[in-house]
Amino acid sequence: MNLTLKIWRQKDKATPGKFETYDAKDISPDMSFLEMLDVVSERAQANGQEPCAFDHDCREGICGMCSLVINGVPHGPEAATTTCQLHMRKFKDGDNIVIEPWRASAFPVLRDLVVDRSAFDRIQQKGGFVSINTGGTPDGNAIPISKKEADLAMDAASCIGCGACVAACKNASAMLFVGAKVSQYMHLPQGQAERSRRVLAMVEQHDAEGFGACSNLQECEAVCPKEISVRVIAEMNRDYLRAALVGTDA
Amino acid sequence: MSITLDSKTPTGPLAQQWDTHRFNLKLVNPANKRKFKVIVVGTGLAGGSASATLAELGYDVHTFCFQDSPRRAHSIAAQGGINAAKNYQNDGDSVYRLFYDTIKGGDYRARESNVYRLAQVSTSIIDQCVAQGVPFAREYGGNLSNRSFGGAQVSRTFYARGQTGQQLLLGAYSALSRQIGLGTVKMHNRSEMLDLVMVNGHARGIVTRDLVSGKIETFAADAVVLATGGYGNVFFLSTNAIGSNVTATWRAHKRGALFANPCYTQIHPTCIPVSGDHQSKLTLMSESLRNDGRVWVPLEKADVGKDPRQIPEAKRDYYLERIYPAFGNLVPRDIASRAAKRMCDEGRGVGPGGLGVYLDFSDAIKRVGKHVISERYGNLFEMYQRITDESPYEVPMRIYPAVHYAMGGLWVDYNLMSNLPGLHVIGEANFSDHGANRLGASALMQGLADGYFILPYTIGNYLATSGQKKVTGDEPEFKAAVADVQKRVASLLAVKGKRSPSSFHRELGKLMWDNCGMARNAKGLQEALDRIPSLREEFWGNLNVLGDGDSYNVALEKAGRVADFMEFAELLCRDALTREESCGGHFREEYQSETGEAERNDEKFTYVAAWNYTGDVSKPELIKEPLIFEEVHPSTRSYK
Repeated sequence: MNLTLKIWRQKDKATPGKFETYDAKDISPDMSFLEMLDVVSERAQANGQEPCAFDHDCREGICGMCSLVINGVPHGPEAATTTCQLHMRKFKDGDNIVIEPWRASAFPVLRDLVVDRSAFDRIQQKGGFVSINTGGTPDGNAIPISKKEADLAMDAASCIGCGACVAACKNASAMLFVGAKVSQYMHLPQGQAERSRRVLAMVEQHDAEGFGACSNLQECEAVCPKEISVRVIAEMNRDYLRAALVGTDA
Repeated sequence: MSITLDSKTPTGPLAQQWDTHRFNLKLVNPANKRKFKVIVVGTGLAGGSASATLAELGYDVHTFCFQDSPRRAHSIAAQGGINAAKNYQNDGDSVYRLFYDTIKGGDYRARESNVYRLAQVSTSIIDQCVAQGVPFAREYGGNLSNRSFGGAQVSRTFYARGQTGQQLLLGAYSALSRQIGLGTVKMHNRSEMLDLVMVNGHARGIVTRDLVSGKIETFAADAVVLATGGYGNVFFLSTNAIGSNVTATWRAHKRGALFANPCYTQIHPTCIPVSGDHQSKLTLMSESLRNDGRVWVPLEKADVGKDPRQIPEAKRDYYLERIYPAFGNLVPRDIASRAAKRMCDEGRGVGPGGLGVYLDFSDAIKRVGKHVISERYGNLFEMYQRITDESPYEVPMRIYPAVHYAMGGLWVDYNLMSNLPGLHVIGEANFSDHGANRLGASALMQGLADGYFILPYTIGNYLATSGQKKVTGDEPEFKAAVADVQKRVASLLAVKGKRSPSSFHRELGKLMWDNCGMARNAKGLQEALDRIPSLREEFWGNLNVLGDGDSYNVALEKAGRVADFMEFAELLCRDALTREESCGGHFREEYQSETGEAERNDEKFTYVAAWNYTGDVSKPELIKEPLIFEEVHPSTRSYK
């Protein structure tokens, strides 16, 4: 198939970027989207153009490193799919494809399609953990956890931290990301001791990083490649309210 | 001058060795720990868990990863599970059985002392992860769930859906994040180690390149820990992440660290077959699928092109069940991979190029229902369908073996320290525990064992006894290393030829897969050894890297990694040529039984092959560490 790509090129954080047009000829429908970009980059390189930078690593939909807003949709048109797992058979011969980085002030562009997502790390560092050291832990079966609660925790824990939720949100809110972490620990006995402190600290950092507030449009859930439910935002809001009222010792 | 290796293996009864050894290790006073700076390179299961634990103990930890966040390392992609000798299922498991299975599974090419310790600490790993809030699968009664996995006859594998690696890594990442937040770990993201700095014969620092700004920097410390993963991408196509590379360990090797058993590469039997020349990586389908899927090929070549659903039962060859009735579809990875290759070599392979076998779930769906299969493997089936456009509920999956894991790595002693004092190597980057073949669900176990429970004790002994002066990074050794790295970056940019780094990588990978892949022979290996130096020469004469070194430059990153693969590939082939036997992941066609099973040569090859860099990549020196089996007597591995 033959395609026309409009790709965002930007030298660095300080330099303004712009779209450049590339012809992508003879693309196999069995290629993944990133393999298509590999091919286009190789050809551009042979013509003396620097290859376009984009984040990627595992290419099996789990590391959360790949991104890209494809025709206006984070991770492209297929539901529950990361860009690296999107295949060209989902496009038609002759299509125009617009490829942009995540757009959010909390995710500054570093180069071309690569953004800085370290804000997510800093949110996690504020409370996305159980404060225990290595060693001296009780036997794994000492505390039974119902299958239902374990499954709810696991649903939330599947978040890959890619940032598509932020890219999809008109407020660039990261509530789905924060909610997923808060919800995982909320459903586990190990998370109870720090439950209030965690939610307050993580939300505070979320706001400090410049992410916006949730306006309940649920765009985040629609684009999440791991189908994290907005249930986690509701749970986080409830816990936040509770913690704000009763304080961090509760 | 030849090196003599001291594995520091403790003496005395196996079961007490680790206890005795720990007692004999020197301790660092709690108040003094913060005065010791430790560099950790890599944030997978081993590096992440080690960084967190060392910081908790009080050390001043500086951690590096090339990804944008420490949460991304490729440990995250491990699907199936993690082994531990908990015997929760009351099915006869024990530390000794896990030890025995691992030694046997590794085809008697691992150290007994290391493997026993691994089995011992396996139980603490599960407790640790549960306490961190890792959402392992649970039974209705609330207890942890287990499954049998990859060549084990007991159910000792713990799992979190098909995302166990992700959940364990995020557990380690959460512990690491806590320490970063507390200021005890200084994290350097998007930073790639390009050299090791040796001062007075000790590893005292690293040289890195900031991948965003291109800045070359040095970091000085009291000890260096490499947790930089495996080298499977030397084959270009593998299940590894695109960024996985050999650079850190290879640079350390060129500074004197011995590289052990590079020819032990694991080919995983259940991957999605190659679809075309554009392919950038291969995707693993969890081994757990073999618990319910049945592997087969058509009995007759004539049926190869037919719709598999139209091939009647009598015309199918469930070859694993036929050849290995005791283990059936659950034989270890090396056995299953070679069997698939034999079927395809016989002309009975299916799919494009005849390079595939069926993994069929129709019997399991009939037996337990589609909903149960969907609950067990739903996410894997979806992934398969996204890639191939076929539904495994309707049509059998097609699978083919692919390069997956590196059992070889830098040589380490019982303390996980290389032959270079101060340089510690953990996780897949070292060679230590899996022998010639790793069992399923053992990689996660080893990475976390090293990082949470072994290195944090043993590194203290080094720091307490090394007696080295503090370094600042201004010493001539640091300046010389920086100059080397700068020169190297400049020379990659200066070639200005015609071919991209990827095109060289692809060519090298194909050469390695064809000549040093699933089955190897002297002629093919010699041919590879002849061709690699000329390919390397072409690389340095015709490489095309655009842009400069002072900015974000993806082609430059890639070129540096490919340059190291070009050198490392030769060592891998040389090791494979020297090891004139078949064992585990290393299969030499000259050494097989009439039925095609691997034949070891214990008399001549019961040793670790540790290679020393002599200044010429084509002339490494072989140093042998004999393996002594006191507990388990090497026998022919039989899964029949």
